[in-house]
Amino acid sequence: MRSASVVAIGLALGVGLVITVTAAASGVKTAQGQVLHSLYGVGTDITVTKAATPGGGGPFRFGAAPPTGSEAGQAFSRDRLTSTGGLTTIPGTDVTAISNLRDVAGATGALTLNSIHVTGTFSGGFGASSSGSSSTPFSISTFTVDGVNADDPGLGPLSASNITSGTSLVREWFERVAKGSSSTDSPLALVSSSYAKQDSLKAGSTVTIAGSTVKVLGVISLTQGAAAADIYVPLSEAQKLTGYTAKVNTIYVTADSSSDISKVQTEIQHLMPKATITTAQDLANQVSGSLSTAATLANSLGLWLAVAVLLAAFVLAALLTTAAVNRRVREFGTLKAMGWHSRRIVGQVLGESVVQGLVGGALGVALGVLGAFLVTRIAPTLKATVGATPFGAGGFGRGTGGFGGGSGSARRSFARTFASAGHSVTVHLTAPLSLEILALAVALAIAGGLIAGILGGWRAARLRPAEALRRVE
Amino acid sequence: MYELKNVSRVYPKGRGKVTALKGVNLVIRDGEFLTVQGPTGHGKTTLLLLLGALEKPTSGSVVFDGQDLGALPESRLVDVRARNFGFVFQNYNLMPTLTAAENVEAALVPLRISTAERRSRSLAALDDVGLADRAGHFPSELSGGEQQRVAIARALVKEPKVILADEPTGNLDEVTRAEIVALMVKLWREHGMSMVVVTHDTQVARQAPRTALINKGALTLRNNVRKAVQTQPSPGAASEVGEG
Repeated sequence: MRSASVVAIGLALGVGLVITVTAAASGVKTAQGQVLHSLYGVGTDITVTKAATPGGGGPFRFGAAPPTGSEAGQAFSRDRLTSTGGLTTIPGTDVTAISNLRDVAGATGALTLNSIHVTGTFSGGFGASSSGSSSTPFSISTFTVDGVNADDPGLGPLSASNITSGTSLVREWFERVAKGSSSTDSPLALVSSSYAKQDSLKAGSTVTIAGSTVKVLGVISLTQGAAAADIYVPLSEAQKLTGYTAKVNTIYVTADSSSDISKVQTEIQHLMPKATITTAQDLANQVSGSLSTAATLANSLGLWLAVAVLLAAFVLAALLTTAAVNRRVREFGTLKAMGWHSRRIVGQVLGESVVQGLVGGALGVALGVLGAFLVTRIAPTLKATVGATPFGAGGFGRGTGGFGGGSGSARRSFARTFASAGHSVTVHLTAPLSLEILALAVALAIAGGLIAGILGGWRAARLRPAEALRRVE
Repeated sequence: MYELKNVSRVYPKGRGKVTALKGVNLVIRDGEFLTVQGPTGHGKTTLLLLLGALEKPTSGSVVFDGQDLGALPESRLVDVRARNFGFVFQNYNLMPTLTAAENVEAALVPLRISTAERRSRSLAALDDVGLADRAGHFPSELSGGEQQRVAIARALVKEPKVILADEPTGNLDEVTRAEIVALMVKLWREHGMSMVVVTHDTQVARQAPRTALINKGALTLRNNVRKAVQTQPSPGAASEVGEG
């Protein structure tokens, strides 16, 4: 009885650990999904961008010519709306071509832009002055602008799953933009809550983008860490302001099913060989931070630990069962002397082992559930950061960096044009259980019992009753 | 019932071998009570194992009811044991996790009779040995004598043709020993089966009309006429003597 208890407990420990680690790994995957969801948005499987040719754009210009003598001392203000993160434009016809691909459920184009506003005062001019001073006092502010296609409200940065507050406002915006109507001549914009707070904007306010005045329909909140813009305008307006007629710089694509993503990726690559095609998996590979560390731990160390413990439990069960059979030699010899066939005795041993497995499985499930509960209760909040997007590469590039320009303080990162730091999302790790995990655990325990029983039964079957009965205990 | 002709049993031991029995000739008739005596390690238990089809002779033949036990495959021997032989061991060999009644029932499992009949017969067998009121007790809750009674009930419950007992009183005190021997003799009389009892105890040995004496693997027979229990019918004076 004691050895049976030890076998059951050993199996329970192994099974409990497998359940806990599997649940934790599942929780990490869920957390990763949350991260990807917040960064990527449900409904978007693939994004397509195209990197600008390095050096092809010429030097960055504010559009301000060096001052002549008459302009010295005059204030200036310049706005420039450019494609973000080193992305170049993509013809709108490519969006149509992608949406016509097999296995593509939908595709929509957008413009992700940086608006740079420079104000200052001309002094002696840029470059060296007669006194040797080269500084022209100016200040820079930036904000991000997304030009969103109002014909596809379910896809892209303003899809419903990205909005945490202002869903009806977004819906209204889509309807009004699609109808092409507005109460004033100014195009309509939506503003993120963080930017609205910063610049004291609200419904009815106006903002200037590249010299054009845009009216704010309302303020919305987006999921934490989403690659959110500060301002959302209709795609047509963004194209007009940038001069990118019938062009986009980001295409959002949805596949028919998750199993088609890889196929669609290949098809798009074939269609657009120079494009950068990013899937959720690619994004997942960029995720760093404590969540990434937890994922590595759960997937590698945790999994191998669970497998090792389970194997140890199986071996222990087999050894103990065989040892128990050895101790019960006289008992089995007596049964054979009474006319019991070997197969009946083997069946007895197997039956006992399966019961041990069931008991071990039940205990293991209890232990595993407790373990998963403890993981959910005491696990720290994890942080995930999407890796930096270097200049010239496509993909997600919004973030904050630091660049101090001129005498003023930069409110928005001028560095977004060149490089961006990662987006961070915090998630609470859970360890969700599923019926499949529990059923697998019970199956493992029964398998362990069966293996032990088969080995023990084989030993019992080989017993010669005469030998067994001669043995002195 | 039994006819042993020139039976030898040799065991390999390391590089050599051990001859446990050599050239044994023996006839045991239906209903006969035979005891077997001899020094330890001289072949008594080996003889019992051969009679119980738990061993096969190295040479010679062991014929039981016209069947050469040495020639039968194990699968047939299992059935022969199940129907014909009841064993009683020195250490009782009860299953510790089964009650007294369940231990007795275990002997009936190979006979494939119904659960109800098994239970009924096991209770009757326990009643025969005076333990009907202990049917639900585990071996650990029984004294040595009571455990041996359960073992005897287990041997008897299938109504075997032969009871084979290996030192059934070896672990018992003198008083209990006498009780068990008396019980076994009583049951032998009542049921009429053959009984072969291996024993060191001369008092026990002389309870039988004949004693087989084994010395260094060779068997001789001794008649215990004066103190023997008379069987019904008498076994007669016929006996085979064999020496190695």
